[in-house]
Amino acid sequence: MKPAPFEYYAPTTIDEALSHLAEHGYDAKVLAGGQSLIPMMNFRLVQPSVLVDLNNIAELSYIHPDESGGLRLGAMTRHHQVEVDPLVAELAPLLHETMPKIATSQIRSRGTFGGSLSHADPSAELVSVSVALDGRFRLRGQNGERWVPANEFFIGLFTTLLEPDEILVEAALPSMPVRSGCSLMEVARRPHDFALVGVAAVVTLDENKLCQQARMVFLSAGDGPMVAHKAAESLKGQAPTLEAIRAAAEIAASEDIDPGSDIHATAEFRRHLANVLARRALEQAFERAADNK
Amino acid sequence: MQNSFNIAVTVNDTRYERAVEPRILLSDFLRHDLGLTGTHVGCEHGVCGACTILFDGQPARSCLVFAVQAHGHKITTVEGLGTIDNLHPIQEAFHEAHGLQCGFCTPGILTTIVPFLEQNPDPSEEEIREAISGNLCRCTGYQHIVDAVKLAAEKMRK
Repeated sequence: MKPAPFEYYAPTTIDEALSHLAEHGYDAKVLAGGQSLIPMMNFRLVQPSVLVDLNNIAELSYIHPDESGGLRLGAMTRHHQVEVDPLVAELAPLLHETMPKIATSQIRSRGTFGGSLSHADPSAELVSVSVALDGRFRLRGQNGERWVPANEFFIGLFTTLLEPDEILVEAALPSMPVRSGCSLMEVARRPHDFALVGVAAVVTLDENKLCQQARMVFLSAGDGPMVAHKAAESLKGQAPTLEAIRAAAEIAASEDIDPGSDIHATAEFRRHLANVLARRALEQAFERAADNK
Repeated sequence: MQNSFNIAVTVNDTRYERAVEPRILLSDFLRHDLGLTGTHVGCEHGVCGACTILFDGQPARSCLVFAVQAHGHKITTVEGLGTIDNLHPIQEAFHEAHGLQCGFCTPGILTTIVPFLEQNPDPSEEEIREAISGNLCRCTGYQHIVDAVKLAAEKMRK
């Protein structure tokens, strides 16, 4: 199959891209890395009449630290760049660990950070990881810009707060507090295929080595990134013993997620995987937190 | 509506100037407009890896890039690796170690392996399997491909 005809614009500045979007509204789609959009166009699952290609906008591609020790990533930064960037390895270990697990090297060379977030596939690692890290996104339209927390940005299946005339231009990830640890675990049928279930965990211990905060965000376990609120509550103030971790994983898998059944796995099997992965991820994250003084 | 764009793209060190409709995939452009049929088209949604080319030196799915986006960029296809009389060491190794049967997936695997071995001249078997995990082969069961990559690495280290 081949894509249906479309009108094509390749602006070189953000302002120019925004003016094309303002003009064409819902008829236009933004083309970032194209690793999700182009397959859908090839199969004519989507037939946008206008494509606004961001690939020639150099100002959207960067990784730098911010004044509070966090990280800023331009929307068109490619997965491969994030994967090999030493600053990411230093400041955002969870992101560094996640990147090689995203698709294949041939996809990571083109796919972009902002594109993956804007596409909002509930099985995308970056969606859950950005929520787990308490990230924020900068959305820009012709009438100005706004910052949106990651946990409010994703509102449903492939759906975000982005208006048709807006572009996600930047992601901000805060620095990890001391005594924090993280982990990303997932299970897929084939290496680099979409995960049946995955979980990103970020935990912080207090001075007495008790759990101050434990955030788990599941992927492929509902219509969006699924935050395990009840499991987090159960761990708060607890010593991170194996019993406490097992109990939290059980709560997460039975109460915090809403997986569906499809050709790849039943909902029941996904809950089973979620339980096992949550336990492993919490164990690893707490171990790392204990080492990270 | 502008239906045709003039692009200039360097493929295997030769500069080509063509007019393309924006919806033409790079894979189809290489095959139909330039006659470079070494790049194979399998699934057309980024899963099989048969259409892998090097885009500015990095492996990419040519079915997931529009030709118009290649304007000003450097593309390498399997035709750019070696010739029948002067095979690339990786091609030699695939020939000697039986790294192919029907050959459909081979161009995509070869182009994937070129930058992999440049960055990692002495890979472990596990690393090789990881490197080719984005390329489907329905003939070999992969073992001979892994052997061929090992042999290629040896040849290239010499």
